[in-house]
Amino acid sequence: MTGLARTDFHHPHLLGIEGLSASEIQTLLDLGDHYVDLNRGDVPAEPLLANRTQINLFFENSTRTRMSFELAGKQLGARVVNMVAEASSIKKGETLLDTAMTLNALHPDVLVVRHRDSGAAALLAQKMNCAVVNAGDGSHEHPTQALLDALTIRRRRGNLEGQTVAICGDILHSRVARSNIHLLVTLGAHVRLVAPPTLLPPLVERMGVDVYHNMHEGLTGCDVVMMLRLQTERMSGSFVPSAREYLHYYGLDYDKLAAAKDDALVMHPGPMNRGVEIDTDVADDINRSVIREQVEIGVAVRMACLDVLCRNRGKPRTQDTEDAA
Amino acid sequence: MTPSALPPAAPSGPTLFANARLLDPASGRDEHGGCLVNDGLIVALGADVTAANAPPDTVVVDCQGNCLFPGLIDMCATIGEPGAAHKETLVSIGDAAAASGITTIVSTPDTEPVVDDMALVQYIQQRAELMSAVRVRPMAAITKNLNGEQMTELGLLAEAGAVAFTDATRAVADATVMRRALSYASAKGLLIVQHPEEPSLAEEGCMNEGEVSTRLGLKGIPAAAEVIMIERDIRLVELTGGRYHVAQISTGAAVDAVRRAKARGLPITAGVAPHHFALNETAVGEYRTFAKTSPPLRTEDDRLAVVEGIADGTIDVIVSAHVPQGVESKRLPFAQAAPGIAGLETMLPLALELVHNGHISLLDLLRTMTARPAELLGLPGGRLIKEAPADLALMDLDAPWQVDASRFRAKSKNTPYDDRPVQGQVLRTMVAGVTVFDAHAQAEAAE
Repeated sequence: MTGLARTDFHHPHLLGIEGLSASEIQTLLDLGDHYVDLNRGDVPAEPLLANRTQINLFFENSTRTRMSFELAGKQLGARVVNMVAEASSIKKGETLLDTAMTLNALHPDVLVVRHRDSGAAALLAQKMNCAVVNAGDGSHEHPTQALLDALTIRRRRGNLEGQTVAICGDILHSRVARSNIHLLVTLGAHVRLVAPPTLLPPLVERMGVDVYHNMHEGLTGCDVVMMLRLQTERMSGSFVPSAREYLHYYGLDYDKLAAAKDDALVMHPGPMNRGVEIDTDVADDINRSVIREQVEIGVAVRMACLDVLCRNRGKPRTQDTEDAA
Repeated sequence: MTPSALPPAAPSGPTLFANARLLDPASGRDEHGGCLVNDGLIVALGADVTAANAPPDTVVVDCQGNCLFPGLIDMCATIGEPGAAHKETLVSIGDAAAASGITTIVSTPDTEPVVDDMALVQYIQQRAELMSAVRVRPMAAITKNLNGEQMTELGLLAEAGAVAFTDATRAVADATVMRRALSYASAKGLLIVQHPEEPSLAEEGCMNEGEVSTRLGLKGIPAAAEVIMIERDIRLVELTGGRYHVAQISTGAAVDAVRRAKARGLPITAGVAPHHFALNETAVGEYRTFAKTSPPLRTEDDRLAVVEGIADGTIDVIVSAHVPQGVESKRLPFAQAAPGIAGLETMLPLALELVHNGHISLLDLLRTMTARPAELLGLPGGRLIKEAPADLALMDLDAPWQVDASRFRAKSKNTPYDDRPVQGQVLRTMVAGVTVFDAHAQAEAAE
């Protein structure tokens, strides 16, 4: 069983959600949906990525995203190689493009990259001879996170169109927020951003969202509440006065959540700062929180992305030619 | 005043530019006629100057009605020497300038080492005299090593040949340091050139703050960072009477501030780089580092305000803002890439777009690159009159061509204008009576 006989996604890379059409996004979600069911069953996935090489290149630490991509590649039979910046020559001053040249010589089919700079994945894609998947670049995009969030909502609600989704917290620095805004707006959801003005990027309302500075107002009548992580170094006086004040006004607890619809879903891309942006009780509430489900769906969505990108690359090299090279 | 750098070739005999459209922006002269050059100076000029009444042995250049005007004075260019000869040399920058109608380059002090000492001011001039096809006049630093703290020897540096003072792309952020620099300079009539950017608002910013920076997830520099610094400095000019020049203006708010200050009679002037009237922030597109500049490219509204500022004279000079960068400093993630455009060879054609689009007259435009910078810097050039230095440019105003970075004479090719169709081609450039560029001869040599 291969899910979809053919797909409507014809990009060589997955660098961001911006620029993808609704049908391209739905294609990835449909295939992701298929892999969620498959992974829950007894039948293993077909080794569609057999003889494919996937390199995970992480310039920023991220155990969960890297593991999710690693598992996704392995489920589909790919050879997965992890490259962590600390252990490589990148720390010795090698530039991103020198790294690309080196990696090209290893003939990967897919490069999964995370980097602290916005645009780094696009820059690599210009020089790589393989498909590039952006696993987070600076404050720009994190497309697979948005896809897994969307699939999580779709599986619970059947559809994204017409859903009201509040994204709350540090929007300014968040690539997750940007990818989610593009995706949700493209698929017809109503997007609200809730944050203090210091954590909102300028003119963000032009991305087709409504902006709120008050949690109660922003959450009123919402179907989904998506919390974002606030990094510790931004809590003490630079962007918000203190962690305590932030929790008071913007941390998600039952009191604030009461403004949303009774069955509103609570999401978080992880890792959570319990007691800062989200109350422990809310995070662990199995009736409301889909945070653990997000992790599971993450693997399936990444399988879908790897699958589609490799289909677009044509037949894999055989093991023999690989050895000869 | 110290002698200007001269091109290496010996002055030739008399040359007559016959049948030319003579343009002198300072006087408003725009007439058909001839221009006779001898011993490095303009000796005769006017409708009655023709081949028939030229002295014997005169080399006659038939200008075929094309525009003859004072060679351009580029008030802001980064030269590679000393310290970055892999990006640009005095030879390459001189050739690029000559081919672009520029006869004087005013260099920025952000070299390695920094031009904050008399010896370096002299070194650059002497070396340029030997190596460069055009005149090079250095600006020196306002503060030692551009550190924003200790004033340089402004008086001695000026005597050594520094034509103005600037900390290049670093703003003098400390108000007291700026106050004292303006105050000290005022006694000698020296010009202080400021990079208009409040650094604490621009920290880590790499493009204009707005819709595009939000979409790309890049840290922006708000327009307010520029106007705040200029408004502060206007108060300091009031306090001190020092002559103050905004190196490159990029926002509508700053243009307004300068316009108001001028209306109050303050000694404030402003420059602009072509990219701030030829491009807006959307040129950054998908992280194009060739469109990363300092100050950054702004919004379309800002661009229109800059065009208006040039047209109404609020903005005094157009500069190339030439900043050579190589692949190693540009092929990087946007935030890490170095700012700057290799602008020498596109300054004139981009400026001419303002004429071709009807925003400004040809004479008024040329004034921003000739008489006006000469006046601000106290240079003898910039005029098409008798006894002026024979620094001349001959140009076909309408000739269309396409920017082609691979044909740049500058060593660095970092341009966002590749393939842009432009109009206005330099045919011949003369410095101190010596032809330093001849498009016709070069085309023949290439065949």
